[in-house]
Amino acid sequence: MSAMKAKHQRLVLIVIAVVALIGAGLLAAWALRNQASYFYLPDQIAQNPPAPDQAVRLGGMVQRGSVRQLSDGVSITFAVGGRGASVPVRYSGIVPDLFTEGSGVVAEGHLQPDGTFLADNLLAKHDENYTPREMQGLEDGDAAQMARDTTVGL
Amino acid sequence: MMANIGLAALWLATALCVLQLAVGALGMRDQGEEVARLVRPAAIVQGGLVAIAFASLIWVFAITDLSVALVAANSHADKPLIFKLAGAWGNHEGSMLLWVTVMAVAGAAIAAFEYRLPERTMRATLAAQAFVGLGFYAFLLFSSNPFARLAPPAATGAGLNPLLQDIGLAFHPPTLYFGYVGLSVAFSFVVGALLTRQVTPDFARAVRPWILGAWVFLTVGITAGSYWAYYELGWGGWWFWDPVENASLMPWLAATALLHSVGVLAARDALRTWTVLLGVIAFSMSMVGTFLVRSGVLTSVHAFAVDPERGAFILALLTIYIGGALALFALRGGSIAEGERFALASRESALVVNNVMLSAILAVVLVGTLYPLLTEAFDTRVSVGPPYFNPVSAIFAVPMLVVMMAGPLLRWRRDRLARIARPLAAAAAVTVVAGLVAVAMGVALLPLLGIALGLGLVVASILPLLRRRLTRTPLTVWGMVAAHLGIAVAVLGMASESGFSSERLVALEPGGQTQIAGWTVHLEGVDPVAGPNWTALEARMTARRGEGAPYELRPQARSFTDPVQSTTESALLTTWNGQLYAVLGNAAGEGRWQVRLWWKPFVTLIWLGGLLVAFGGVLSIAGHLLVRRRQGAIRSQLVQRRAELAGATV
Repeated sequence: MSAMKAKHQRLVLIVIAVVALIGAGLLAAWALRNQASYFYLPDQIAQNPPAPDQAVRLGGMVQRGSVRQLSDGVSITFAVGGRGASVPVRYSGIVPDLFTEGSGVVAEGHLQPDGTFLADNLLAKHDENYTPREMQGLEDGDAAQMARDTTVGL
Repeated sequence: MMANIGLAALWLATALCVLQLAVGALGMRDQGEEVARLVRPAAIVQGGLVAIAFASLIWVFAITDLSVALVAANSHADKPLIFKLAGAWGNHEGSMLLWVTVMAVAGAAIAAFEYRLPERTMRATLAAQAFVGLGFYAFLLFSSNPFARLAPPAATGAGLNPLLQDIGLAFHPPTLYFGYVGLSVAFSFVVGALLTRQVTPDFARAVRPWILGAWVFLTVGITAGSYWAYYELGWGGWWFWDPVENASLMPWLAATALLHSVGVLAARDALRTWTVLLGVIAFSMSMVGTFLVRSGVLTSVHAFAVDPERGAFILALLTIYIGGALALFALRGGSIAEGERFALASRESALVVNNVMLSAILAVVLVGTLYPLLTEAFDTRVSVGPPYFNPVSAIFAVPMLVVMMAGPLLRWRRDRLARIARPLAAAAAVTVVAGLVAVAMGVALLPLLGIALGLGLVVASILPLLRRRLTRTPLTVWGMVAAHLGIAVAVLGMASESGFSSERLVALEPGGQTQIAGWTVHLEGVDPVAGPNWTALEARMTARRGEGAPYELRPQARSFTDPVQSTTESALLTTWNGQLYAVLGNAAGEGRWQVRLWWKPFVTLIWLGGLLVAFGGVLSIAGHLLVRRRQGAIRSQLVQRRAELAGATV
């Protein structure tokens, strides 16, 4: 390269940089198609269930009277409802402080072949200021909207 | 009273900023000499005035002046004093005032001390600095006035988000801001150099301490933020690829690339155009970071106060600065003369690879962070997490770590790879052996690569010190060695944490016990306790390894009153080879309590490595400033000698 003219060296550097950046961009785009985890509402899970190996997020309302603690003391089951559908969820771990029946939640995890959603993580806003009080006593249709509002960006 | 003084000082500073911009710009013309003398004093006085404004804000928070809207919304008389003070910048308005303060003080420092560059370039630089500053003054005064009053005053303050009532977090955001603002200074120098066509090694030497300083602050900020998320969120993770975390990582990546390329420019007068472009990109990333955090377009678990209108304002500023700088770059970039050439096997080439890989990682993180925003425009909600970021950034991080082993051993301009093969063989051997052992143990791919390359890099990063007399080795070399060693140590910590952690989730009765990774953890009981502004349930636990002495663990579940909120206080037990991490959950029925435990081998290396990297940066700054002082002394001796000689001949 030392024999190269100055102009050529600059060109080579530019080409290397451009190729690497385009490579990074293409790789990123390809990986995003496969690895981004999509947000589902309960009715979307029912109509168009995601593959069991795909990480997804399920958002909705924790249905009243559905939370059960299992005998191991650390697992719970509950139902996430919204827009006329309901999905059974199972979770092992410490539930977030603002996780209560009738409030919004986002569950991260996989849909199992038997139709149960196995959650690795539960997200509820951890600041009460951001949880709208109006959510209590709303119908299903609004619940989906509320779940979105409560859990924006989680 | 103090609030009025603060506001007045802020307005006066704005006026001086306008003056600085005007005379700086006029001073770039040939006949502007007379008026341009004002530019340095304007910058210095402006820095003083903004410091007064910031001090006033601290004061009204210290005395909890509830007639100031910001105090009423964010503070409370019952808070400990340190958190009252931290409350001054732990909110949107205060943090923007802090930003402006740091920026104006930095501008004053340049105006007072930087005399190496041509005066015309300095005027352009200070004008650019004023131009950037003016946008933020407008933002403060018109949409985020920190001194807005309440009439009548509030009866009581609303308090500060309890998650923020943490000594680490009190100093975390300012650290990051220092980093962001340092990059804005670098940006001003770049614009000044572009405007006056002075992209020279002198320019590189003048801007380098600012880039290094910004980079040290960003490094410390990211390290501290990661540790905060680790112990405060109680999820046991140390990096979530959360938008707010990425917002601090992206400027760091750009600054890392920039400080390496500015080194090439200073030492060898090569990579001129590239350095200028990186300077623009690094500041763009700071602005993107501020925009992401402040606007709430991508709210995250870390985002506390968000406001779309303010986001729009920052977006407008971002567009003006970055668009303007890129347009200037497009106009002037072509006229920057070609720098010095170098051979394929040379330190320059290694640094080019480093720059390209860092830029690629930056692109990967940027795309992943903004992708949810893009899909939302098409009404699809996605989130992007570790399954994307980890492998995709590793693809570029691995070759970068490999080149990092060889690069510092190469000579500038031209070298033979055969010359460095002997010393490198030791590092390569360590990498291969560690890799094979990890394969035999069945470690997953990423931790395996991390351990092999991390151990290899530990050896390789010390090699530049071989055959040197250590007492005569320049501080800058020590700085490079420390920083590279820090990266190696941090990579080892990450690999060990992700490859060998164990986790245990159980429901324990008081008196019950459980095992994790050779530790026996015993739950003695759960008691209610109270602090100054919270109550909590506290678990009394003891942990012992084998027959060793028992250690106490006291995880808490806290409830705050102002405002009402709960937090998890994890308990950490640190030993030389890792941390035991305990979280207390909820009552699990039948008198049992949920307890979550992690054993994380060598996890502390992640943050120790980060601090070592920052320490390397500090050494490097000290080294450069020392060289500069010595050169200054030699120069003045020469001048004196010449004057004496001239006097003798007359």
